[in-house]
Amino acid sequence: MLSKRIIACLDVRDGRVVKGVQFQQLQHAGDPGELARRYNAEGIDEIVILDVTATLEKRAASARTIGAVAREIFLPLTVGGGIRSEDDAYAAVEAGADKVSLNTAALRSPELITTLAGRYGSQAVIVAIDARRREKGFAVYARSGTHDAARDAVQWAREAESRGAGEILLTSMDRDGTRAGFDCELTAAVSDAVNIPVIASGGGGTFDHFTEVFTRGRADAALAASIFHYATSSVAALKEHLRAQGIPVRL
Amino acid sequence: MIALVDYGAGNLTSVRKALTTLGADFRVPGSAAACAGAAALIVPGVGHFAATAALDEEWRDTIAAEVRSGTPLLGICVGMQWLFDGSEEAPGVGGLGVMSGQVGRLRGDPDRRLKVPHVGWNALDFRSPARLLRGLASGAQVYFTHSFAPPVTSTCVATTTHASTFAAVVERDNVFGVQFHPEKSGETGLKILRNFLDVARERAC
Repeated sequence: MLSKRIIACLDVRDGRVVKGVQFQQLQHAGDPGELARRYNAEGIDEIVILDVTATLEKRAASARTIGAVAREIFLPLTVGGGIRSEDDAYAAVEAGADKVSLNTAALRSPELITTLAGRYGSQAVIVAIDARRREKGFAVYARSGTHDAARDAVQWAREAESRGAGEILLTSMDRDGTRAGFDCELTAAVSDAVNIPVIASGGGGTFDHFTEVFTRGRADAALAASIFHYATSSVAALKEHLRAQGIPVRL
Repeated sequence: MIALVDYGAGNLTSVRKALTTLGADFRVPGSAAACAGAAALIVPGVGHFAATAALDEEWRDTIAAEVRSGTPLLGICVGMQWLFDGSEEAPGVGGLGVMSGQVGRLRGDPDRRLKVPHVGWNALDFRSPARLLRGLASGAQVYFTHSFAPPVTSTCVATTTHASTFAAVVERDNVFGVQFHPEKSGETGLKILRNFLDVARERAC
């Protein structure tokens, strides 16, 4: 049976891992290579590097950071942040990324999804969606959550799939960094709408939040940062908990 | 020297990194002729089966001749699928045909929320003793990312189930294939690659 994946996210700025709350107040949380080594030893299933300021500062995620993390792990590595072109994706892949994550660039030029899927295969192309609740449904935000993209999250996920995305990385901006629990309604709405894996992100604070997002939220994978960075919980302990709840995980 | 065959379909970075970590002496030959005399061949792969068309007549003849002479060959993911006769993904493109059967599309099962592509960690169910799986136990988990898979035939030594059951590991004489990515499957994956390198070393002795 396919395991539910636990993914650690390294939000990187200037070669350091940072973490904010609801996309604001970024604080240093450690060295990317050191964190990757620890997560690998604890049994993480994948690692995602997001250069959280890359889009704003028009700067691609640095090859050095990708290389430092790639050296530590024999696990799938995704790189996102500031990937705007085929060349940016090529640079990330050459530096050691197995998958690239598109966000703002996919909203601006959806054909980039198809181009990259054609070149590297759909399995290498993740479309990241930053979503926020609105009166009805969920709105998509671009440029590190600063611009309303005037799109509906569920519809955009469907379009991303039809254009060749292999996975959706879905972040609840309302829950990001709050450790108040994943937005299970958002996750379930998107997961039900597409036939590709959905990675839930934003709000994971307790082990039960993960149980909820895999059951009620129907997520295929869950991504978290804060809960792991500050060593409040180990990946291994989380997986033991999930297994005890009947959720298939890799131990 | 191990020849890592690059047909331009995907990045070889993680396979190179794994082989370097395992201390393997490998090279990425620039031509088919440079493969001749290799201690072993590895055909990696991510992406579309059609990309294997870049392995033209000369490559195929060279690799087929090496296989006939007993050189160990390992196909990974699309590289494994290429060992078969062909794939539903690219009907016009033939495989090497050293394993019989057609690679087919995974159907998934929307009612049970089994999605395609099959992405993530899944278990290997061992069927028969295999050199590639030495030191591992049935149930070991490895990382998959694919939408097509080979059928279970007599060469299949381990299966995986995702809605349907497919060949996850094949092995016959000196030909080996894995549908998953050992280079991204943590310690389990490294062990499988080490087992292949051991096969190559045993033959050299």
